[in-house]
Amino acid sequence: MELIAFYILAAIVTVSAVCVIAAKNPVHSVLWLILTFFTSAGLMVLIGAEFLAMLLVVVYVGAVAVLFLFVVMMLDVDFVELKQGFLSYLPFGALVGLAFIAEIALATFARGADADSFNPYPGAENNAEAIGQVMYTDYLLLFQLSGLILLVAMIGAIVLTLRHKPHVKRQNIAHQTARRRKDAIRRIDVKSGEGL
Amino acid sequence: MDITINHFLAVSAVLFTVGVVGIFVNRKNIIVILMALELILLSVNINLVAFSVFSGTITGQIFAMLVLTVAAAEAAVGLAILVVYFRNRGDIAVESVDLMKG
Repeated sequence: MELIAFYILAAIVTVSAVCVIAAKNPVHSVLWLILTFFTSAGLMVLIGAEFLAMLLVVVYVGAVAVLFLFVVMMLDVDFVELKQGFLSYLPFGALVGLAFIAEIALATFARGADADSFNPYPGAENNAEAIGQVMYTDYLLLFQLSGLILLVAMIGAIVLTLRHKPHVKRQNIAHQTARRRKDAIRRIDVKSGEGL
Repeated sequence: MDITINHFLAVSAVLFTVGVVGIFVNRKNIIVILMALELILLSVNINLVAFSVFSGTITGQIFAMLVLTVAAAEAAVGLAILVVYFRNRGDIAVESVDLMKG
């Protein structure tokens, strides 16, 4: 039963991954990418890594894929022109792919891996608890480091895309608070019947 | 017959290969190149999780989480660079990215 589910999910993952790189429209590519991530989350649930599966859905489907979709739709690009050269690159790409798969198959079959123990959450009630037990203790520094990486990425993305257009009025708080009465108010003696 | 680690390694290998081929066949479309990179990182994640589960240690899943973090950061910065590049040039053709050449 589990094996059937595995084969179905694996087939979906493979097909949708191929569609990601072969789709003509990048919007379709993003949608196929979402399907790939979602199905991989299913694969992870199948072997008991629920927490990571949910994380995959939240981070990839919820954030990264939406970011991709946003950028693809925001940029006004002629995608038909970008797709040209697909066929001319295909033989080389297929060659590289074959080399990769051959190497991996060689490495796998040369030393077959056996599955003896099947315990997704050692020493805990469930998967999330098992992860939590080590993540905030043994891997505290790595956890902090990943937060730092995210911070740097956030600042980098903001700094890269921030731009100040000229001729746009902005609030300058220092300028506002430095304003004194003598800069703002003028007393003029207006003679009657003449105006300014 | 149960699911073994080899099943997961096979899926991961296929996914990795598809990602690498995707980089080669989509030479002009940098958005799809970034997506292919995400596929590669996903295959790495599947590998880490499979090894973690089938060896009975949780460490691999922690590392998969770190890979996830780096992948998200990479996507954010990559797309930001892409947006800036598009703003400067009006297209995103990869082969003309040689502005900084000498």
